[in-house]
Amino acid sequence: MAEFWTDFAWPGIWIVLKILLFVIPVALTMAFLTLAERRIIGAMQLRIGPNVIGPFGLLQPFADAVKLLFKETVIPTGASPVVFFLAPMVTFSLSLLGWAVIPVSAGWYISNLNVGVLYLFAISSLGVYGIVMAGWASNSRYAFLGAMRSAAQMVSYEVSIGFVMISVLLTAGSLNLTKVVEAQEGMWFFIPHFPMFILFFISVLAETNRHPFDLPEAESELVAGFMTEYSSMSFALFFLGEYINMIAMSALVTTLFLGGWLAPFNFIPFTWVPGIVWFAMKIAFCLFVFIWVRATLPRYRYDQLMRLGWKVFLPLSLVWLILTAGFLVYTGKLAN
Amino acid sequence: MIIASLAFYLFSFMAVVGALNVIFQRNPVHSVLWLIFTFFNAAALFVLLGAEFVAMILVVVYVGAVAVLFLFVVMMLDINVIMLREGFLKYLPVGALIGVILLIELAVVFGGWTMAPQAEQLRVFPTPNPGIVTNTEALGRILYTDYAYLFQVSGLVLLVAMIGAIVLTLRRRTGVRKQKISDQVARDSQDTVTLVQVPSGKGLS
Repeated sequence: MAEFWTDFAWPGIWIVLKILLFVIPVALTMAFLTLAERRIIGAMQLRIGPNVIGPFGLLQPFADAVKLLFKETVIPTGASPVVFFLAPMVTFSLSLLGWAVIPVSAGWYISNLNVGVLYLFAISSLGVYGIVMAGWASNSRYAFLGAMRSAAQMVSYEVSIGFVMISVLLTAGSLNLTKVVEAQEGMWFFIPHFPMFILFFISVLAETNRHPFDLPEAESELVAGFMTEYSSMSFALFFLGEYINMIAMSALVTTLFLGGWLAPFNFIPFTWVPGIVWFAMKIAFCLFVFIWVRATLPRYRYDQLMRLGWKVFLPLSLVWLILTAGFLVYTGKLAN
Repeated sequence: MIIASLAFYLFSFMAVVGALNVIFQRNPVHSVLWLIFTFFNAAALFVLLGAEFVAMILVVVYVGAVAVLFLFVVMMLDINVIMLREGFLKYLPVGALIGVILLIELAVVFGGWTMAPQAEQLRVFPTPNPGIVTNTEALGRILYTDYAYLFQVSGLVLLVAMIGAIVLTLRRRTGVRKQKISDQVARDSQDTVTLVQVPSGKGLS
């Protein structure tokens, strides 16, 4: 019996605890991100934004959640019920899965996977399924068009994301996210890889279906795209999934380019601050840029979006990959 | 290691269930979704083997790209399930014949199955110690060092296939207005807009 506790029960409980330690802060961040988004866009457009519920409107996200919970769930006629409800669940769980490998501070992770970057890439490439399933199962033209656009868009931008990741990984010499961060000691990768940093961030915007690439839910053309037929909790799960995805992608940008949990300068007042605080601040910066872009730029037209992905980003990232590899071989800095 | 074997049986059972569902589902979209489920379980089996790189590549390539394209195509088919069932009896003899032939072939192959005497030795030889070399590195060495030419040739085969697909589907249409970004960027306001002082009551002739 003692063996059962030491071999199975305690490790199991410890893993569940670790998962909770990740999921609860992420969910809270997500809740306040929705508020922050509305307040920041409000400020940028010279409005006030939601400020009534609680001090500074801080309780607004919870009011929204309660409102959504009490709404009626509607299944459209002709919908495929199982797939219809599976889709939001898939979106939501995929958005949480990525956190399993992200190191938020030195040694703070759920799993130290050797192929961490590849795992994150795989998870982000699966995000398209929730949307495609939703679009198909809704049995609605608008939803279907949204899903089609989304599938094409996410598949296209994954390619350049993959190539940018390879350039970074070549420099770091490992697929392990902890080692990628450790390799940035001294110089964060956004300095040598600056063009790719910008390109990666734009591709991330497209991958998370955020403005200015939110064509799957372009409300001026497609009502709400793939979410048109959803209401109540199934809608809330999509919403949660989208915002948690934003946070996870910001975490990925932070880990690959902004030095993860590392302090910006390696001397005293900066190294006193714990790594998790730096990590959170970098994520907050990325999220601010997400919102800033939303308030600033108009939506891309569909053919221009495809052109940007295939004719601009893909060749650029390929050339940069060759340049990186060539430079590393020439200077003999290639990790082996 | 009871957990590992339990996980193995779980994932292999699920993979078989998924594979059976791929062929027994009436709706092709559901079939593709079950196919994705099967891919996932196969990836999980690779993880249990310690081949995490292959598992992730399986998910990225097959689930993330190939199956998306499958789904893309299948979703756009207008399929009537009743129509599909009508042809069942007509095609049954041909299908059964092919099945029987395949079964006989399998029996012949497995009946004459022998291991080459040096196979066991070969299997052990190129495997580096997984404790020192990660399997990403080991695969990289095999692909890019030992078999670099074969790897390049397989890339060329794919390139030819890609060019073939593009040539087959490309059609040039005349009279299509296409956006030329360079022309738009090169356009100067001085060439296109003129400011004219219009005398009131007369207008421009």
